[in-house]
Amino acid sequence: MTSRNAILLAALALVVATLSLVLMLTVRGPKTAIGPGSPATAPAGSAAAGRTIKARLFYVSDDGMRLTSVEHDVPFGEGVEQAREIINAQLAPPAAPLVSAVPAGTTLRTLFITEQGDAYVDLSREAATAHPGGTLNELLTVYTIVSALTINLPAVRAVQILIDGREVQTLAGHVDLRQPLAANPGLVQ
Amino acid sequence: MNARFHRRLLAIFAIAVLAGPLNIVLTPQTPAPIPLTMLSREGRRTIPLVLVNKQEFVAIDDLAGPFQLSVREDALGALTVTYKDKTIVLTNQALASVAGRLVSLPSPASRAGARWLVPVEFINRALGLVYESRLELRKPAHLLLVGDVRVPRVTVRYDLLATGGRLTIDATPRAESTVTQDNDLLSIKFDADALDVDTPPLPPPAPQGLVQAVRILDATTLGVDLGPRVAGIRSTTLPADTTLRVMIDILAAGTEAAPSAPAVAGDPPGEVAGVRLPLGPPASPIQTITIDPGHGGDDIGTQGMAGVKEKDLTLAVARLAKAAIEARLGIRVLLTRDGDRDVPLEDRTAVANNNKADLFISLHANSSFRPETAGASIYYAAFDNSIASAGPGGVDRVPTFSGAMRDLELVAWDLAQTHHVDQSRMFATILEERLRDRVPLALQPVESAPLAVIESANMPAVLVDIGFLTNPAQEKLLAGNEFQNDLAQAMTDAVVRFRDALAARTAQ
Repeated sequence: MTSRNAILLAALALVVATLSLVLMLTVRGPKTAIGPGSPATAPAGSAAAGRTIKARLFYVSDDGMRLTSVEHDVPFGEGVEQAREIINAQLAPPAAPLVSAVPAGTTLRTLFITEQGDAYVDLSREAATAHPGGTLNELLTVYTIVSALTINLPAVRAVQILIDGREVQTLAGHVDLRQPLAANPGLVQ
Repeated sequence: MNARFHRRLLAIFAIAVLAGPLNIVLTPQTPAPIPLTMLSREGRRTIPLVLVNKQEFVAIDDLAGPFQLSVREDALGALTVTYKDKTIVLTNQALASVAGRLVSLPSPASRAGARWLVPVEFINRALGLVYESRLELRKPAHLLLVGDVRVPRVTVRYDLLATGGRLTIDATPRAESTVTQDNDLLSIKFDADALDVDTPPLPPPAPQGLVQAVRILDATTLGVDLGPRVAGIRSTTLPADTTLRVMIDILAAGTEAAPSAPAVAGDPPGEVAGVRLPLGPPASPIQTITIDPGHGGDDIGTQGMAGVKEKDLTLAVARLAKAAIEARLGIRVLLTRDGDRDVPLEDRTAVANNNKADLFISLHANSSFRPETAGASIYYAAFDNSIASAGPGGVDRVPTFSGAMRDLELVAWDLAQTHHVDQSRMFATILEERLRDRVPLALQPVESAPLAVIESANMPAVLVDIGFLTNPAQEKLLAGNEFQNDLAQAMTDAVVRFRDALAARTAQ
């Protein structure tokens, strides 16, 4: 092999390696790993304005004992932005007769997802201060958020709710929020 | 007009007919339930009960004789029951006007054929308010106590010992008893008018050849059929608070501790028959219980439309349960708060952990986004699989005072419950059984959930939601004395069953 051929081969290898890296990062899509403390700030719908995905959102069942899911169109988002779009859609006041288990006025402050698939959802204080109380209501509130992410984004393993940027023990004195919570299929019809 | 329309017309007509005052017609179900036994100084008599839609009713005619009631149906369809100069008026509502005071009933008075039926609770809730003597309805036992009759609640427990077996018989309130032996039959006769005792008093014990059965001989006497391996018996009487406990040790043939002659029965209370017991009272698997009245102080919990607050309800029920458990079982009960103050969740569990409680019960009232949701629920802890398997692990070898090394298992404080989930589930199931006949339950009453107050408990632990304050009917029910007393009694019964189940496991 001549030295010219060797240089060409090395250049080709470099191009292949670069392309592979770019491809890997793109394919990871919504599961982009972003460490705690560095919330993603990419603009919504950066990939395709007006594009939507189908997502299941969760509301109180007719008997009040469980959550029931309803399919909604949610704006498409790249990476962690998809998780934000889903939570924002979940927090939006639903049309009657749907009843949300999340107190009215609750907004999403930030959201980030770790490499292990734990999502941290930072909600405004209304999630706790406007909560009506009761074990069942609190379970439904918490698992509305947990289900919205774990069921729509399979890469999300568990969800921890933060309030005003801080870890909290509970929302209203019952459900332990000090650890990320996995999906609870028993609470969903 | 098609057949479907005809059927609809008929249905509308039927509803119109039934909607009038006191025109509800009931169809009794078979088989008829166990009749009510009425006990008074004058003796006993039975009052038949009728079962409709799983509710027990009594014919007002069957009450008229024993209680000297006169019954009159007026032109408007209301039923007026008169006792002496006091009247009780019943309409088609689940309410009764008792001498001008409104009381609630589980269902309205209704007609079955030519007879008027009232829910059995009419006796204590309505008639009890105007009757000259005390009326106490013990619904689970089908007993109606009239006046000052002595009917202790009697529970029987059987434990296996190295020397044989031990029967522990508790009578609450205290009732003296005499133990006599006639060949293979041991009789325990109580100084009472009657006994409130389960039938049979004890499930058949394990085939050990010592006790064949425990049965009711007559109104005030229990009988114990002894097996062929019995070498002798000895009894001890121990008073404890309002309970009188009789412990009967049954010695197996061939064991060293067997006395030379069977013990003589009929000893006065406080003395030991035959050989003095080398052991103290049996080490019950439950010595201390912590009850946690949820919320408190500024944290009112949830609240009903009529203003009933969760923090007040939980404290009221906790106090009743403490009194019932201590009086009936002699078990120490600690409350995490005995006043209107807020207590952090970790401090509540710490009361249980630091006092080495054997059971932790956190009391709450529920709330729903749907006003119709009703019923009590019992939760035990749920842990994420990865947390549960990774959390409690870890063993440290530490030196002891003697210089030896000892393995110390390390468990994170907030995951202490992981070791007790099975027993917590067992207690939850037992409590559900005891609540079932007494209070409305949710469709799926036993559930698991990651609840902070029970996750740190280093003993079997449950959280009980007694009902929904967001349901107006439930709010009224939960605030009532009868509901709260029923709940406290069910909790006490559940503790008895749980204690016996743990003792049986230990014996095996």
